[in-house]
Amino acid sequence: MADIAATDVPTAALLPGETDKATLRLHRAIMIGIAIALVIAPFVAYPVFVMKVLCFALFALAFNLLLGYGGLLSFGHAAYFGMASYVCAFTAKNWGLTPELAILLGTSVAAALGALIGALAIRRQGIYFTMITLALAQMAFFFSLQTPRFTGGEDGIQAVPRGRLFGLIDLSDDRTLYWLVAAIFMAGLLAMYRIIHSPFGQVCKAIRDNEPRAISLGYRANQYKLAVFVLSASLAGLAGSTKAIVFQLASLTDVHWSMSGEVVLMTLVGGLGTVFGPIAGALVIVSMQNYLASLGAWVTVVQGVIFVICVMTFREGIVGVIANRIKRPL
Amino acid sequence: MFEFLGIPPQALFGQVLLGLINGSFYAILSLGLAVIFGLLNIINFSHGAQYMMGAFVAWMCLNYLGINYWAALLIAPLIVGFTGVAIERLLLKRIAHVDHLYGLLLTFGLALIIQGLFRNSYGSSGLPYQIPDELRGGQNLGFMFLPYYRGWVVVASLVVCLSTWFLIEKTKLGAYLRAATENPTLTQAFGINVPLMVTLTYGFGVALAGFAGVLAAPIYSVNPNMGADLIIVVFAVVVIGGMGSILGAIVTGFSLGLIEGLTKVFYPEASATVIFIIMVLVLLVRPAGLFGRAA
Repeated sequence: MADIAATDVPTAALLPGETDKATLRLHRAIMIGIAIALVIAPFVAYPVFVMKVLCFALFALAFNLLLGYGGLLSFGHAAYFGMASYVCAFTAKNWGLTPELAILLGTSVAAALGALIGALAIRRQGIYFTMITLALAQMAFFFSLQTPRFTGGEDGIQAVPRGRLFGLIDLSDDRTLYWLVAAIFMAGLLAMYRIIHSPFGQVCKAIRDNEPRAISLGYRANQYKLAVFVLSASLAGLAGSTKAIVFQLASLTDVHWSMSGEVVLMTLVGGLGTVFGPIAGALVIVSMQNYLASLGAWVTVVQGVIFVICVMTFREGIVGVIANRIKRPL
Repeated sequence: MFEFLGIPPQALFGQVLLGLINGSFYAILSLGLAVIFGLLNIINFSHGAQYMMGAFVAWMCLNYLGINYWAALLIAPLIVGFTGVAIERLLLKRIAHVDHLYGLLLTFGLALIIQGLFRNSYGSSGLPYQIPDELRGGQNLGFMFLPYYRGWVVVASLVVCLSTWFLIEKTKLGAYLRAATENPTLTQAFGINVPLMVTLTYGFGVALAGFAGVLAAPIYSVNPNMGADLIIVVFAVVVIGGMGSILGAIVTGFSLGLIEGLTKVFYPEASATVIFIIMVLVLLVRPAGLFGRAA
């Protein structure tokens, strides 16, 4: 893990131990800007589209928490996203749970799955870690494929009821549901921001930059890695559950490895290891998918090309470039 | 006829053979991954796509140029290997100085491009590829029916794997390669052209994948998606075996194929996941992998 040094993630060098006051003010301003944008968005854009962006942005934030602050590249995040989405859809439809309970249950299952997979994956490092997360996520995919009674097999779980929030507020209207999704997204973003600026987050960064040194200072590196893994899986699960309620659908697409690839791409485009990068990346990639939907199978090729271009010439990502320009971590 | 645990021997040995064939592909592919990883320090995510390319090049040779299977067995790996050389020179070389995770992301992107292009041109239903005339039919061995082609695949893979092992462990070129894996700077100081070696190694690794693809073409139909799911299983194989040892990769590949084949006989529901389950067990008992050195 020593080669995943700070120098390699370009923006990591910009993440100092203590964030100075001006940077904190800037971040606060950006947070407020995002909140205002969230309020305006449903009036200027199609709410379902904005909700899709928010779900994927939350997913990408979760992935970035693990890679950017734990230094761990997971190629299996579709497992938490997809399984949470199944659990949420199943319980909302078959048990008649209210949406908030279904989302909570989906998130908890993702956390449990994350604890299980994380505990196994952190036994190996670097490239092996990535391959293990991918292989175990593929197991989750096969499980979903082979248990049609739970997942609906190829059809997925369709017509998931949006239900009534707390049994009171009817969510069938897109505008109403939007406020819930926006609130979940904002809460996720703030939680993530809090995590990475907490003492816990600082230790995670120390482990990312130099694991043997962190261990020699008395930190139990594996416990921290597992904790950040579980947090990341839970946030991914929260995103997946919310997505199931928004689209009233949970399907095999959500657990497939290509979904894991998509979240990597969003984070890469937005900026690895930046706070706000994944949001920008999700916005770009989801918009691109929307506009290029008519191209059909070419979307895969376009995604591949973006991957190659980003890795070759644009490793900092959108937000990373801006952060370098203004010389402040974003 | 005798029966083993209520399984007719025809079915049992049929699956064992199929398991060995899958094992051959696991062995060749994980061998290629290990060789590439040794020198380039990246996991070649496009390995599955390059395996698929091998099958497609063989199919194109036959259908567009009338080149038969035996020639394709030589030409397809060369072409795939040549594209590998181009990829290394044009792309991988330029990111060699940054975190190796970017190599993984780059090759993942390449895999998406290659698969997407073939899917757009040929659809995803799969194209048939005839077994060459010389290997049609089979032999009844008494306890099982052995189709000649399947036997050939196992033998050919074993030969290729062992030749690769011989090349790397027993020849002078292999010694250079091992030296460059151990310490590239020092090896270069001794006057060995390491950058050229890196390029050729990548080309050789993906040529192996292309060769496996040609072998697979008559057994599984030629399909743009044939490599995508296979490569994830091969990753699990690599985690189980560890990438430190060539022979280890070969042994692990063949035995896991065999285990998978046997699972298909005794508990078919688990056949898709048995390798992943073994991976979990290995991680619990021997985290460094069966043939791996502790990290």
